Amino acid sequence: MCIFALYFKVLSMNNETYIEDLKMIREIMNRSSRFISLSGLSGVFAGSFALIGAYLAYLTVYANQDYLQYRKAVLTTETITTLLLIAVVTLLLSIAMGIFLSKRKARKDKQKVWNLQAKRMLINLFIPLITGGFLSLIFLFKGYIGIVAPLTLIFYGLALVNASKYTLTEIRSLGIVEIILGLLAAQFIGYGLIFWALGFGVLHIIYGIAMHLKYR
Amino acid sequence: MKEILKDLDKAFENKIRLGIMSALVVNEYLDFNTLKELLEVTDGNLASHLKSLENSGYINFRKEFLDRKPNTKYSATHEGILAFTKHIKAIEQLLK
Repeated sequence: MCIFALYFKVLSMNNETYIEDLKMIREIMNRSSRFISLSGLSGVFAGSFALIGAYLAYLTVYANQDYLQYRKAVLTTETITTLLLIAVVTLLLSIAMGIFLSKRKARKDKQKVWNLQAKRMLINLFIPLITGGFLSLIFLFKGYIGIVAPLTLIFYGLALVNASKYTLTEIRSLGIVEIILGLLAAQFIGYGLIFWALGFGVLHIIYGIAMHLKYR
Repeated sequence: MKEILKDLDKAFENKIRLGIMSALVVNEYLDFNTLKELLEVTDGNLASHLKSLENSGYINFRKEFLDRKPNTKYSATHEGILAFTKHIKAIEQLLK
């Protein structure tokens, strides 16, 4: 009986080390295969920039039109150039803010921001993203303006789903919602800018806040 | 109970060796420096544990040159992955 009790005492003592072991295993698996320094706040900034960008795009496209009448997106070479400029500036600002905030988060967690995991995530993000970007530009210059909003949303969503295997898991569901929005935007083609503002603006802000609170 | 204890692998009693295996089962391969940063250990310490896992047949390595600097890539062997899975299952059984 005494030996039996001793046996269990040793066993329960071991239990704690085993729980520790399992925790460590999980932590190392995550840290070695995923980019975890992604900052939630960068999503909030990207979303805000996108909303401002969408508003500027709205002003550009519907310039000089009476809002009570049927409105048509007027596109001249000039307005297309303005739109592209807005898009590029929005994108660059978001990327810069994302890098800056992720660097800060990495420093706080004593991690390197530019590591194998970051590289892997970015490669997997950029393959669908750049494909979608070129495809959208091709359509844009052929005059199919309406398809651009749904296409960018869909390819951005696919890029996120693809990259989510190498970063925080929330990115996957964000990607899926972007794809659904993109498909809806393809069905209701005249409302591209609204879907665009929802997908790139509002969704980023919501997910950004949620992730910031979770991984603070 | 004895059956379960038998499945616990002596090779993974050490935290660093357990850490190396955890990282290698979820990555196709990792190089020496990445492992070093990940586990926060010294060169010598890591090298000796890698050697020991290699002797057990749980990992293997491939030497390459990156910008004329030697770069060693480590990966888990099939046996290593099996042993690691068995070890974790045994821990989970013990905790039940």
